[in-house]
Amino acid sequence: MTPAALSVPMAILISAALVGGALFALAGAVGAVRLRTFYQRVHAPTLGSSMGMFLILASSILYFSAVRRAPVFHEILIAVFLTLTTPISLMLIVRAALARDRMEGSEDVPPLSPEPGDGMSDRREDV
Amino acid sequence: MSAALLNVSILAAQSILAATMLLYLFRMLRGPRAQDRVIALDAFYVTGMLLLITLGMRTGSTLYFEASAIIALLGFASSVALGKFLMRGEVIE
Repeated sequence: MTPAALSVPMAILISAALVGGALFALAGAVGAVRLRTFYQRVHAPTLGSSMGMFLILASSILYFSAVRRAPVFHEILIAVFLTLTTPISLMLIVRAALARDRMEGSEDVPPLSPEPGDGMSDRREDV
Repeated sequence: MSAALLNVSILAAQSILAATMLLYLFRMLRGPRAQDRVIALDAFYVTGMLLLITLGMRTGSTLYFEASAIIALLGFASSVALGKFLMRGEVIE
């Protein structure tokens, strides 16, 4: 079956999800360019890797399911994998950035808490 | 009608994603610090993966899906390696 035989409401739905997801990704990139400090800039790109990714993958699932007249769900693999891994890599990078800032004695980040065990300390004082 | 609509919207999504990648490229080149570049690279590969998925929709082939799955896997590994490098100055200790 060719894309030309898709029903018009289905095509509108697929197009809206596709362009919407791309616009979410663009909003994240604008944030990454325009926000002022590193710790603010970390937040913006996650727009693209959560909502942008979900919308584009959903539109791909809809498109292939409609064209092949059978459910096609393999894009879910990418969605699950990205949802699991994005927080892991971002937390690693931000903790590394925090350690670097503290090593340089920057005043923009809170210092290490003096008392371990209050939930605020990094337990990485030996680094 | 629906084929024309899909053509236009896929092209629009690809242009928007390309602009997104250019913005991340700007942040990657500009810095100002290593962690900014790493974050921009992380977002850059996610956007490239989304661009490959729209390419797969344009051609109607699932080969691009496999390429984007590989990009997602390797991109995560590279982000973790870069984060470790920022933290310790070494990737494998």
